Amino acid sequence: MTVARHTWFLTVRQARNLMREPIWIVLLLVQPMVWLVLYGQLFRNVTRLGGFGTGSYITFLAPAIVVMNAFFGATWSGMSMINDLDHKVVERFLATPASRFSIVLSQIVRSALTAAIQAVIILLVALALGVRVHTGIAGWLVIILAGILVNSAFAGISQAIALLTRREATMIAVANFIGLPLLFLSTTMIARPQMPGWMQTAARFNPVDWGVRASREVVLPGTDWGSVAWHLLLLLALSALTAGWATSTFRTYQRSL
Amino acid sequence: MIVVEDVRKRYGQVQALDGVSFEVREGEVFGLLGPNGAGKSTTVRVLVTLTHADEGRASVAGHDVRAQPNAVRRVIGYVPQDSGVDQFGTGRENLMLQGRVQGMGGRDLPARAQELLELVGIADAADRIVKNYSGGMRRRLDIALGLMHRPRVLFLDEPTTGLDPEARVAMWDEVSRLARAESLTILLTTHYLEEADQLTDRLAIVSQGKVVVEGTSAELKAKLSGDAVHVELEDGFVDAARQVLAGVGAAPEQVLENRTIVSRVANGGRALPGIISALESAGIEVASVSVSRPSLDDVYLHFTGRDFGSEDRAA
Repeated sequence: MTVARHTWFLTVRQARNLMREPIWIVLLLVQPMVWLVLYGQLFRNVTRLGGFGTGSYITFLAPAIVVMNAFFGATWSGMSMINDLDHKVVERFLATPASRFSIVLSQIVRSALTAAIQAVIILLVALALGVRVHTGIAGWLVIILAGILVNSAFAGISQAIALLTRREATMIAVANFIGLPLLFLSTTMIARPQMPGWMQTAARFNPVDWGVRASREVVLPGTDWGSVAWHLLLLLALSALTAGWATSTFRTYQRSL
Repeated sequence: MIVVEDVRKRYGQVQALDGVSFEVREGEVFGLLGPNGAGKSTTVRVLVTLTHADEGRASVAGHDVRAQPNAVRRVIGYVPQDSGVDQFGTGRENLMLQGRVQGMGGRDLPARAQELLELVGIADAADRIVKNYSGGMRRRLDIALGLMHRPRVLFLDEPTTGLDPEARVAMWDEVSRLARAESLTILLTTHYLEEADQLTDRLAIVSQGKVVVEGTSAELKAKLSGDAVHVELEDGFVDAARQVLAGVGAAPEQVLENRTIVSRVANGGRALPGIISALESAGIEVASVSVSRPSLDDVYLHFTGRDFGSEDRAA
């Protein structure tokens, strides 16, 4: 209980600080729309290749954009931790009963909440563009949940990198290094049958693709709920794992104190 | 209130703490005095449970820092050397959050925050973003954060570093006042001799990861018998001057910046004429001569100086 309360207090602090940056709010709202509209237009005709399960590329793309956006956001989420480390905010909290897990978790929750808000925006824009989620409200919730879980899983990694390296330059390098490759090794923008064989295999082990599969499944007709549950479960397990790893990296950080 | 026994800690090749021991009694202001890198901050970090010692034992308010870290965290306030405030929050928000993670709530929380904002004199700026605070205001907020949950022991790591002299003196008054008002035990670190002299009830001089001497400022000064004679030379001739001084019973203890020789004599006033005439007749030009009663400055020089020259150091 204490962990939950501390996490909540620390998350509120971060959310409040974010809301004080007007430019950030604008970016938060506009960026997902840019993804959706740009990619949706650019690859509009690609569905003619077949295997997309729908003739409307924007319908195919919208749920995946939620996941992609959540993933990109997560790769940067450690920046805020580095900032707190630099300003000794973390050090001050470590001398209080707030647990190391709460400190890490509050960063992940803040990051995931952002992803959830953006997911809603993307879905609303998609709705305006004519995208219909086949499974209705349940589908919307699955897509938002997929965004939250993909974000948490990678935010945990980002927090661990922040605590291990404590350098923004390293964080930027890592985010760039994993960002686009993991995006292209998934079915975010293209249907599985259109990918080369080895990429199809690689995508199976890509957590970004797990999120894309779960969220796309509920948009298109013929939803396989077993697959949805399985992929969400995988993401949940990975999130727990990376959050645990990030917390354990506190030991490395504290050795440097 | 605080017991430190033979604490050792090593960072890679550097032995940061090499057997630190001291005790702080309930209700006193205790100072750890030493140059940068002496091990003061590391000692504090061990005591506030931020890091572990490799060897030795330490306890705060009866709780072992290693075995019962959360018990320690509840009774201490920690004001780190470089701030630790959330720059993007207001002063009041910072205090409220600090109180919450320390388990405060209800009406007490906002009331205590307001009380501290007034106590440290930043009530007018309470709802402004900390980023726009001056250095002095930020330091006051730091201290208020450390006091928020009414700790029994407050750790102040270099409380006045980075403050201008005026703000520094104001901060000393503040700390003394708070120590009384909140009936606190305070452990502070400093590399300002004056600060240790003015502010602390007792102090320990730390050098090379060890406590070299411990006591009240008056006790430490009393350990030095006699007066210090500082002879500043016009140029060069340090070696010649040392020999001359040794010859008139004023054996040099220290040489500062290769031009000022410090000697210790039983009675400065009586020894001075002999010293000056001896130097003159040896043809050594003297820029200035001064005699001083023992100050904490001398104590520091004396004890850390001996440490530097000791055989352990050479080994």
